[in-house]
Amino acid sequence: MSETVASVSALIVKTLLANPKVPRDINGSSKIVEDLAFDSLAVMNFVMEIEDTLDVSVPLDRLADIRTIDDLAACIVSLKQAS
Amino acid sequence: MSIFSKYEGLASALSAVTAGGGRNPFNVVIEKPISSTVGLIEGRETLLFGTNNYLGLSQSPAAIEAAVEAAKAYGVGTTGSRIANGTQGLHRQLEERLCAFFRRRHCMVFSTGYQANLGTISALAGKDDYLLLDADSHASIYDGSRLGHAQVIRFRHNDADDLHKRLRRLEGTPGAKLVVVEGIYSMMGDVVPMKEFAAVKRETGAWLLADEAHSVGVMGEHGRGVAEADGVEDDVDFVVGTFSKSLGTVGGYCVSNHAGLDLIRLCSRPYMFTASLPPEVIAATMAALTELENRPELRVRLMDNARRLHAGLQAAGLRTGPQASPVVSVILDDVAVAVAFWNRLLDLGVYVNLSLPPATPDQHPLLRTSVMATHTPEQIDRAVEIFAVVAGEMGINRAA
Ligand SMILES: Cc1ncc(COP(=O)(O)O)c(C=O)c1O
Repeated sequence: MSETVASVSALIVKTLLANPKVPRDINGSSKIVEDLAFDSLAVMNFVMEIEDTLDVSVPLDRLADIRTIDDLAACIVSLKQAS
Repeated sequence: MSIFSKYEGLASALSAVTAGGGRNPFNVVIEKPISSTVGLIEGRETLLFGTNNYLGLSQSPAAIEAAVEAAKAYGVGTTGSRIANGTQGLHRQLEERLCAFFRRRHCMVFSTGYQANLGTISALAGKDDYLLLDADSHASIYDGSRLGHAQVIRFRHNDADDLHKRLRRLEGTPGAKLVVVEGIYSMMGDVVPMKEFAAVKRETGAWLLADEAHSVGVMGEHGRGVAEADGVEDDVDFVVGTFSKSLGTVGGYCVSNHAGLDLIRLCSRPYMFTASLPPEVIAATMAALTELENRPELRVRLMDNARRLHAGLQAAGLRTGPQASPVVSVILDDVAVAVAFWNRLLDLGVYVNLSLPPATPDQHPLLRTSVMATHTPEQIDRAVEIFAVVAGEMGINRAA
C-alpha cells in the first residue's frame, strides 16, 4: 500500500470527524492545536489512533514541528517511506 | 505584552477552581504534622489520606534520631555536586546499602526521584536510540525524554502487546531500545503487568527500566517492588526509585547489574550539576531502609488497609480503579464537582489529593488517596464515612 500526503490527510480528517467535539469544517490546512482546540495530551492520544491505522510510529519530537493536518500527513508519509 | 500573558488560560482555569470561595487546591498548607496520619490544616486536626508516606516512616523515631546524630556529626549540607566535593562516606554507604537491598551490583544516588528519572533516562537513551514510554508515564519520565536526544515513542498504557507492535516496527533500525514502565502508576494505583513486559523485552532484545517509585517497600516479599513480586528482576535492567514515598525522606536512585551505570555518573547532567543530598537525609534514609527490611509486617498492614479503603469507597457507591493498591483514586466526571467534593472533604477533616486533567489519564478529575501502614482501621472507616456523606450531599453515590 502506498500512501500519499493527500490520502493520509483525508484519513486523518475522517478519523477526527468521528469525534463529535471536533469542528465539522476541518480540512488538511486546519491547525491541530488552534483549530481543533486539542491540548498536548489530546494530540498525542489522537496520533496514537492514526499510528494504529497506518502501522507507523511517530516519534514525539517529530510532533513538535507539526502544525496542520497536512504537516502530520507529510510526516507520516516520510516515516513510512523511510521504513 | 506581559511575559505572563501566555498563562491567561491557566489563570482563568485557576479562578474557575477557586470560584465561590473554594480553596486553591495547589496551595494547601499542612501547618504541622501531628503524626504520620494526622496533620494540622486550617487549625484543625485532619486525617491525611494523600501523602505517599506508605509506611509512615517520615515520622520514624529511628530515622529522626539518625538524622539528628548525622547533622551533629557531619553538619547539615554538602555544598557540592556528587562529582566534585559532594560525595561523602555516607553517600557511598547508602549506595552500598541499596545495592545489598536490591541485590544489584551498581547504584547511583540522586538528590530527588525526579532527578533520578531525568538523569538516567536522558543519559541512557542517546541520540541514535529509541525510548519507548508508557502513555501514562510520570512527568519526570517525559521530562527525562525531553532532556535527552533519543527518538521517543509512546505505547498504550500497561499494554505489552502494543509495545511489542511498536518494537516490531523498529526491527532492523540501529540504536538501542529502552522501554520505561512504572511499578505502580501514581494516578490510578494500577500495577504494571511486569511479566508481560519482561517477555517482550526478552523477545525483542530491548532494555527495560522500571520506575518503582510507588512500589518499593510496598510490593514483593522483601519490598523490592513489582519486579520482585512478579519474579522477573533479572529482566529489569534498571530500577529507578525515590526515598520520598515508602522511605519517608527525599532523594532518588538507580540500581543495576550493568557496570556501565558508573559511566553515567560522568554524563548525567541532573546528577552532575546539582548539590548532593545532605548527611542528615542520608542517615535518615538508611535508618528507614533498615526499618523497611526488618518490619515486613508494615507491608502486610499497608495492603490490608488498601483493601479496606478500596472496598469501603466502592461500597459507598464511588467509582475507583479496579485494583486495591496503596493508591486508591475516586474517579469523577466533572471538574467542578471534583473541586467541590475535595473542598467538602477538607471541611470535614480529610485531606486527599485533587488531580485534574491533563495530569490524569482519560481526562477524568480524580480524588486521589494514598493509604498508610500506620492508618488505623478506625481512621480508614472514618474517612470512608466522610466520603459517603459528601457523595450523598452531592448526589453522586451510584449504588445508593
Ligand atoms: C512515578 C514517579 N516517579 C518519580 C517521582 C519523583 O519522585 P520525587 O518526588 O521523589 O522527586 C514520582 C513522584 O513524585 C512518581 O510518582
